[in-house]
Amino acid sequence: MLNYLASRLISAVFVVLGVSCLVFLLIHFVPGDPVEMMLGESARPADREALRAALGLDLPVLTQLGNYLTGLLTFDLGQSIHYRLPISDLLAERIPATAQLAFFSILVAICIAIPLGSIAAVNKGTKWDHIAMGFSLFGVSIPNFWMGPLLILVFSLWMGLLPVSGNEGITSMILPAITLGTSMAAILARMVRSTLLEVLNEDYIRTAKAKGLTDSQVIWRHGLRNAMLPVITLVGLQLGTLLGGAVITETIFSWPGVGQLTIEAIQRRDYPVVQACVLLISLSYVVVNVLTDIVYALIDPRIRLGEGE
Amino acid sequence: MIGRYFPAIIIFLWALFALAGPWLPLNPDNIILSKILHAPDFNALLGYDDLGRPIWDRLVMGARTSFVVAIWVTAISMIIGTFIGASSAYFGGWLDLFVVRIIDVFLAVPGILLAIAFAGIMGPGIENVVIALSIVGWVGFARLARAQVLALKHRDHVQAAISLGTPSFTIIRRHLLPLISAPLIVEATFSIAGVVIAEAGLSFLGLGVQPPDASWGSMIRDGTAYMLVAPHMVIPPGLAMVLIVLSVNLLGDRLRDILDVRSHGRKN
Repeated sequence: MLNYLASRLISAVFVVLGVSCLVFLLIHFVPGDPVEMMLGESARPADREALRAALGLDLPVLTQLGNYLTGLLTFDLGQSIHYRLPISDLLAERIPATAQLAFFSILVAICIAIPLGSIAAVNKGTKWDHIAMGFSLFGVSIPNFWMGPLLILVFSLWMGLLPVSGNEGITSMILPAITLGTSMAAILARMVRSTLLEVLNEDYIRTAKAKGLTDSQVIWRHGLRNAMLPVITLVGLQLGTLLGGAVITETIFSWPGVGQLTIEAIQRRDYPVVQACVLLISLSYVVVNVLTDIVYALIDPRIRLGEGE
Repeated sequence: MIGRYFPAIIIFLWALFALAGPWLPLNPDNIILSKILHAPDFNALLGYDDLGRPIWDRLVMGARTSFVVAIWVTAISMIIGTFIGASSAYFGGWLDLFVVRIIDVFLAVPGILLAIAFAGIMGPGIENVVIALSIVGWVGFARLARAQVLALKHRDHVQAAISLGTPSFTIIRRHLLPLISAPLIVEATFSIAGVVIAEAGLSFLGLGVQPPDASWGSMIRDGTAYMLVAPHMVIPPGLAMVLIVLSVNLLGDRLRDILDVRSHGRKN
């Protein structure tokens, strides 16, 4: 167990270090001079030099990287050029909204995926299976930046039921969460179907049926419960895609989270903020997956034993 | 029966309109001020947009954008990713350790987020969209090619080629690539679907093609401002995209099934 934990943590540290370097490199992809891009051509030379020094862009690249990484260790992400505030303050302000959106999207995804996948698995090969899986394929294929506006059109503009955008209470959460949760729901539903099909072939399911449990008791008590572990891992793995999609979804609904901040920062050429947002989203994804793996290993001994082979 | 050929028909039409676009009698940039936000009529089957341009003509132009970007990105990602993944697995050692770490890092950053960041920092334009999406796209191919070559490199025919003194890259090209091409083609199909959505996503955010060029993503973005008065601006580009992505995904599923069946046949 300790070996497994150690190897998992060491590889996570490498990934974190690598992601930090990748994000550091982002600013060097600015065509031409990043300082000129940020301040515009009409900036005074003195201002340019001041910004260049503030960003450390006048130093050798390796020194810059060293400074950047030591800064990260102390949660010093630098200053926002637009807001003239420490970036960590900006992020702290935006994180709760994104976390809330991600949580409710996952909730939506699970609430759709479990019934859909179970119906498909239990009725395998019938028209219900085809309908459920067709719906799932449709969910993967519909982009969130089309679904979001369509939901606004139907539920906000035509029916007047829900707010168009912003963050005012639970009702303004519904449309963004559905928009962001749908594609995850589609992928999870397929996973629920395939793992439930595997589980339903196990001996203990036959035993449960033989002792006279009804079909729904068998599925709920013995089937779904055992099919859940791989589904939870998939939620962790899909979190990255979800957080990436949040950038677009937050923009559609003017949701004041990290994703919207990323796009605003890109439009304002506030590159240090772009770097920080990418880093934050990626790191939270890495951390969640390490935690999922560890919890999974604690719950299921097969995982940590399998690692030694 | 129609359902069976539906994906192929949609993909064929997409490619046809994309490639034949320049020779069709279209006026995607023709502004008719009296027709601003006008609903569909006999002259314009899908109506007019906020500048009075015919939506059908712009839709065809958008098909070209998404097709060109999807083909370029998938081709570049596939070539670079396969090269890196296959050589990494074949040579092994430090190179492989290094490549695996790099792949892990790229997998840790959500693809669309990284593409948004790169496209945003490099500035808008179709070339930068292709570069940004390729930076993200090579990873999937590299991981797949690496896993496949790892499984194959101890086969007898590869060992025989090594003992005959065949140069390494010739072995990879002639004795390994043909064997791993099937899963790579399936991956390429799914990559095309992903790139179509990603390109439109970048254009939706204003990071893709610039006006007056059309992309389905920018058409949707322009349409959201006029949704209540002109829903015909938002619905066609999204519907076209869903149809294509759905068809490409169905084609990928079917290809995977066909290829799986064949590999089972070999084993038995």
